[in-house]
Amino acid sequence: MAAFGAFHGLNPGMGWLFALALGFQRRSERAIALALIPISAGHAVSVALVAGAILALGTRVSPRGLQIASACALLVFGAYKLRAFSRHPRWVGMQVNVLDLAWWSFLMATAHGAGLMIAPMLTTLSDAPHPAAIPLTLAVAVHTTSMLAVMALVAWIVYKKLGVAVLRTSWVNFDLIWAVALLIVGTVALL
Amino acid sequence: MTLWRPDPSFYPSARMAMDAPPERVAYVAALNYGRNDRPDEIRVVDVDPSSAGYGQVLTSLALSHSGDELHHFGWSACSSALCPNAPHPHLERRYLVVPGIRSSRIYIIDTKPDPRKPSIVKVIEPEEVFARTGYSRPHTVHCGPDAIYVSALGAAPGRGTGDGGPGGIFLLDHYSFEVLGPWELDRGDQHLAYDFWWHYGHDIMITSEWGVPRQFENGAVPDDLLGNRYGHRLHVWDLRRRRHLQTIDLGAEHQMVLELRPAHDPTKQYGFAGVVISTADLSGSVWTWYRDNGTFKAKKTITIPAEPADEGVLPPALKPFTAVPPLISDIDLSLDDRFLYVSCWGTGELKQYDVSDPFSPKQVGSIHIGGIVRRTPHGDSGPLNGGPQMVEISRDGRRVYFTNSLYSSWDEQFYPDGLAGWMVKADVSPNGGMTLDRRFFLASGDTRPHQVRLEGGDASTDTFCFPS
Repeated sequence: MAAFGAFHGLNPGMGWLFALALGFQRRSERAIALALIPISAGHAVSVALVAGAILALGTRVSPRGLQIASACALLVFGAYKLRAFSRHPRWVGMQVNVLDLAWWSFLMATAHGAGLMIAPMLTTLSDAPHPAAIPLTLAVAVHTTSMLAVMALVAWIVYKKLGVAVLRTSWVNFDLIWAVALLIVGTVALL
Repeated sequence: MTLWRPDPSFYPSARMAMDAPPERVAYVAALNYGRNDRPDEIRVVDVDPSSAGYGQVLTSLALSHSGDELHHFGWSACSSALCPNAPHPHLERRYLVVPGIRSSRIYIIDTKPDPRKPSIVKVIEPEEVFARTGYSRPHTVHCGPDAIYVSALGAAPGRGTGDGGPGGIFLLDHYSFEVLGPWELDRGDQHLAYDFWWHYGHDIMITSEWGVPRQFENGAVPDDLLGNRYGHRLHVWDLRRRRHLQTIDLGAEHQMVLELRPAHDPTKQYGFAGVVISTADLSGSVWTWYRDNGTFKAKKTITIPAEPADEGVLPPALKPFTAVPPLISDIDLSLDDRFLYVSCWGTGELKQYDVSDPFSPKQVGSIHIGGIVRRTPHGDSGPLNGGPQMVEISRDGRRVYFTNSLYSSWDEQFYPDGLAGWMVKADVSPNGGMTLDRRFFLASGDTRPHQVRLEGGDASTDTFCFPS
């Protein structure tokens, strides 16, 4: 759960770069930190929606059934992303407030299937016959905290040490990696 | 093609673009004037000083139709792809989007695998532009982070308000080059169109005004000019919400507000607009727009007077005035926001200003070549006509390329002896001042060169989302 969060955190398209740019634009280190919070919140809401769906469906469907369903959804979505990994929703602009940032991050996470990706794991979190609210909430919290920590670390290193020139060499195609990862997670969950 | 790392010609900041290796080839729109059975061309010009073919045409790509009238064009993708709100870092600076201003046809030209041998990969027919956008006469092309933005000077046939307008902006998909539709949600009082660019970091777009198609397609209309019926305003837009925010009237006598050059530094909110001619005294002017307490304002910061001339040497359109107007047709701003170049197509002069203080430009360089009266030669070329027109600055600011053709029907009015095409290059000293490169004089006769685009980007293509 934490590892997935860290992976999201690394992707410049998922938030830290936006925060960093706002910091440069406003000439303020504080702006970076302040931007990361709504970005994390938007991401958390997107993931929490999936967790909520699992919780709701869990009373009616067996855990294995849920796992298979989420795995199939992942495979379908992964296949789509593999074809159109570079497509994104239309974003907000560059002059953004807290709500804009949260909404942007929510759209980003949802369009990339961030919640979907951890769905198979979420279905196995509880020993009880049905998913329970507490472990699910914890999982979302761990995921988000891990993402926030990695985003903050990367933004800080780039701001203080590396400079944005690093983007030219190190911004690998996360979208493509992500599409492949969706497919792998889906396959593993199915087996 | 899928890239694993960002295109190496995408730069987070203008400073990084300036430090990149220099261009080796230039792409030049070449109008096949007077031979209407032959298509226009995109020419690839060798700009590598160490090459044997330096200053010469390497290849010419003939378009698939005739009568397009190439004018402005642009890259499909650029440094804006790194903007964090809509990142597409794995796009490629690979395709040139080349509109025909007369035909409304748009060519998509691939510059890979060999940048010296471009090829046409897609042709968007005029009917598709008309049907999907409601516009015609596509003009300026800018690569946005989320799409390709194109300005259009007129309404589609049978659309609009009946006078040929309004012109506006439409979008192309930057992967498939599908025509997506018009950009504006609320155009306010904007009706005339020409150029546009933006302060991307501030969600602000600026647009300018030339005229409706009947005011330019068959030449300048003297009655409309003397009646101050060409465009004289700037428009400010909310780039994010696609809404008109504000109109800045420069005064009715300031006719034809054309090229717009906002500061490249994304934290800044000022820029320069060129005005072709004042009907009060035939001068040309450059205006600085700026933001003041939330609203945009504009101030005239450069005035270039007309030069007295003998009636005998003037074309019929200018005889009554016994003066030659500078006719500011293009301006361009170096990537460090320090030098502004101003083309005086009438008097045959390229002026260079230090605009470190955008409100008090200081002239630091001048080159005379061509001109309605002067006809200044290049080396031993003999008298030249046309004058400095489309000007493009290298990323590092050390070289300036410019061509001499404005627009076929206007060329005829102001240079009725038959404009003969040329492209030249000037070298720029680090602290201002410029000299023509004696080795670079590309004469092209009836083939009239217009806009120049440089390999890897230039000073009027890229948008940067990170300050230097």
